[in-house]
Amino acid sequence: MKIEINIAALKRTKWQEYLVRLLFGGAVTALAGLIAKRYGPEIGGLFLAAPAIFPAAATLLEKHEEKKARAESGRKLRAHELAGVDAAGAAMGSVGLAAFAVVVWCLLPHHPLALVLVAATLAWFAVAVAMWLARKIVWRNLRARFRKRSHHPAVVSELSGGKPSHP
Amino acid sequence: MIEILLRVIIGGIVVSAFAAIGDTLKPKSFAGLLGAAPSIALATVVLTVEEHGAQYASIEARSMILGAAAFFLYASVASRVMIRKKWPALPVSSLALLLWLGAALGLWFSFHKLMS
Repeated sequence: MKIEINIAALKRTKWQEYLVRLLFGGAVTALAGLIAKRYGPEIGGLFLAAPAIFPAAATLLEKHEEKKARAESGRKLRAHELAGVDAAGAAMGSVGLAAFAVVVWCLLPHHPLALVLVAATLAWFAVAVAMWLARKIVWRNLRARFRKRSHHPAVVSELSGGKPSHP
Repeated sequence: MIEILLRVIIGGIVVSAFAAIGDTLKPKSFAGLLGAAPSIALATVVLTVEEHGAQYASIEARSMILGAAAFFLYASVASRVMIRKKWPALPVSSLALLLWLGAALGLWFSFHKLMS
């Protein structure tokens, strides 16, 4: 499956849902700052990698997929599984998050802030995408090896980045 | 007070922007990468450097590596439970936050014991 950008998908999200994300994101960011102030930068730094709005985002995705599945065939389980696929992607992204932190940690004391932030963001993106591609290749090889399908074809397709296999 | 308000506004905007970009991407496993975007860090590093200096922000970033390792554990467990057990996202991802907190603090204490 190719990587696609669908701007129209933004219309599926209601304004209340955008507001929830805005408030959650703001609250977690402020909390991270308050914790750093109270307990110091070493503890506060942990919260810079907190799953800020992951529960809200996963629930939102599940809700949208449930609505889609009901309209299509009444399947509900696919929505939970697709939220799980999204979480698997986040796991890959977290390796990139660690790369971001390493770049900021090493470069910030000696280089301009703007340059460090650009380098760190690029490192996050490159490592996250590399992890995603590596996982896709491993998953595809495992699939070819065992030819065993325990999930819905659409879920397998999302995980492996390949075309869905139909029975 | 103004600093907290600034963090709420900037954090909310940056986190929402990454989430919105994630909404537009397909497949979902790729969109999930945005779920672990450095949104909080990007929103706060500038304010932190202005207020406390680069060295302070650098120490925060060092701890952030451990937070990211805990995030990996959090997302892997949540993903497995949602795919294998087919449990709903809200209880799984909310309860797993305790796992993230435990793992992040556990890693931090272990790291400090090793260093001392």
